[in-house]
Amino acid sequence: MIERRGWRARALRLWLPLGFFLLTGLAPFYWMVVTSLKPNAELYNRRIMPLIVYHPTLKHYIDLLTETNFLTWTYNTTLVAVVSTAISLVFGIMLAYPLARMRFAGAGLIAAAVAATYLVPQPFLFIPLADIINNLGLSDTLTSVILTYPTMLIPFCAWLLIGYFKTVPRELEEAARIDGASRWQTMARVVLPLCIPGFISAGIFAFTLSQNEFLYALIFLNKTDVRTVPVGAIAELIRGDVFYWGQLMAAALLGSLPVAFLYSFFVEHYVAGLTAGSVKA
Amino acid sequence: MAAIPQAAAPPRPLELRVALGRWLDREAVFSWLMMALPLIFLFALVGYPFVYGVYLSLENRPVAQPGVFVGLRNFIEDARDPVFWQVTRNTFIYTGVATALKMAGGLALALVINQGFRMKNLIRAALLLPFIVPTVLSTVAWMWILDPAFSVINWVLVHGGLVTPPGPSWLGNPSLAMASIIVINTWRGLPFYAISLLAGLQTIPLDLYEAATIDGASPRARFWYITLPLLKPVILIVTVFSVIFTFADFQLVYVLTHGGPANATQLFATYAFDIAMSGGQLGRGASVALAMLPMLGLLIIGLTVYMRRRE
Repeated sequence: MIERRGWRARALRLWLPLGFFLLTGLAPFYWMVVTSLKPNAELYNRRIMPLIVYHPTLKHYIDLLTETNFLTWTYNTTLVAVVSTAISLVFGIMLAYPLARMRFAGAGLIAAAVAATYLVPQPFLFIPLADIINNLGLSDTLTSVILTYPTMLIPFCAWLLIGYFKTVPRELEEAARIDGASRWQTMARVVLPLCIPGFISAGIFAFTLSQNEFLYALIFLNKTDVRTVPVGAIAELIRGDVFYWGQLMAAALLGSLPVAFLYSFFVEHYVAGLTAGSVKA
Repeated sequence: MAAIPQAAAPPRPLELRVALGRWLDREAVFSWLMMALPLIFLFALVGYPFVYGVYLSLENRPVAQPGVFVGLRNFIEDARDPVFWQVTRNTFIYTGVATALKMAGGLALALVINQGFRMKNLIRAALLLPFIVPTVLSTVAWMWILDPAFSVINWVLVHGGLVTPPGPSWLGNPSLAMASIIVINTWRGLPFYAISLLAGLQTIPLDLYEAATIDGASPRARFWYITLPLLKPVILIVTVFSVIFTFADFQLVYVLTHGGPANATQLFATYAFDIAMSGGQLGRGASVALAMLPMLGLLIIGLTVYMRRRE
């Protein structure tokens, strides 16, 4: 843009607001770290300045790992996220490919139904689902959440991948067909390999969504050894009126690590997944 | 010589395979076969539960007991329940204010990031953190930030001489509790708006701005007559999307206030949970959850139609 930009204008227009957003956005994380490192004597002392740690300790982390089932919860969370993401990706591809590339009666209706399903929030379904899961005898099993998470992940993956499949030029497909490839071969050997970045986007996003899920896990998982991290932290690190703040913060931090770690490697894919629905490139 | 009429030979296995292959290669057959499994799955775990939920809402159904059909009695009970109307009001206030804040803040942040500066990708990644961290875990941090005895905000306010000790009770006072959940929802959702709008901003051709500048358009005019109109579809989709999920929000309120104090922050989802899960009244709970249907149904159908039409 053609504009004169003094450093004052730039500070006012860029660094000041950016600083504000960064500060408000990240301060809670700073507070998590600081709290998790404070000994209880410091944590619950209102006389001292709370913004820094005077005697950092890993006690809360050690207690969290040794006195609670945090490691089990982490394992459960990861297992559930990986399996439900895998299911959702495969089913998402199976839905998206025909909807994006085939012409058949009813395609428009199915595509609309899939989009609408993605928009149905969980609180709509949790009461009947609780009853269904209970009747199936799946309460307190990881199967209950592995089955229900894909209900929100499949429509998302399908939706994202429909857009992605549409970007593959039709000529490639036609060339393969002329060479005698069946529809299945054309899909498996020509189109799908070109769409791996789309699968990564959908997978990363589905993974973070399942790590974030709380309502179904809260309802279906009531035993400590099947709980996920969010449910375990809320149900077991808060006992009645007693909050184990140090451990809670340590759990919040450690529980966020898998997502944050994955995210840091695949930011661009994540952003692509995030904006897939609203923005057309 | 007359040809000996040949009896129609039974199709050999090879021909059968070719015929089957041809059949499978038809677009419609291939498509429906591919979609069958996921569609059955979604039907069983979304379609059926939805219908079952409607059925439950017409029953008096205590947990682990057979239900009795009661018609619309649950809904009549909802209508007579003052808490239900408080919940309705809360949900609209929560959704309305949080959405306005997220939209305004998200647009501002998107415009800020859209300028050129160093470490842009790193800063953008950092700004998105509140959105990617599991909600329950970041809400736990907020709970500690707003703790009645050890709130760091209060420490700053008290030591800055702005309030008298012990400072406001963020989650104990009804209005402040509502304000708190709105602010936290905004904190978490704003980056989603910002990143989506930023992606939208980046699709606007720069020469439009250049042409407008040459024609003497002020920065404000360029914003109103180029940026905003071209961003409108993205703003609309992101907003409707976020309204749906804010309207049906559960996690944040459940963790932070449990709907309290005295139902001041109770939303449809948390109230339905309280009645169905804590109170064991599945039918009545289902009716409260279904009370979201008119609003959400309209939004979901509207957005679906709008997005299909853009394609």
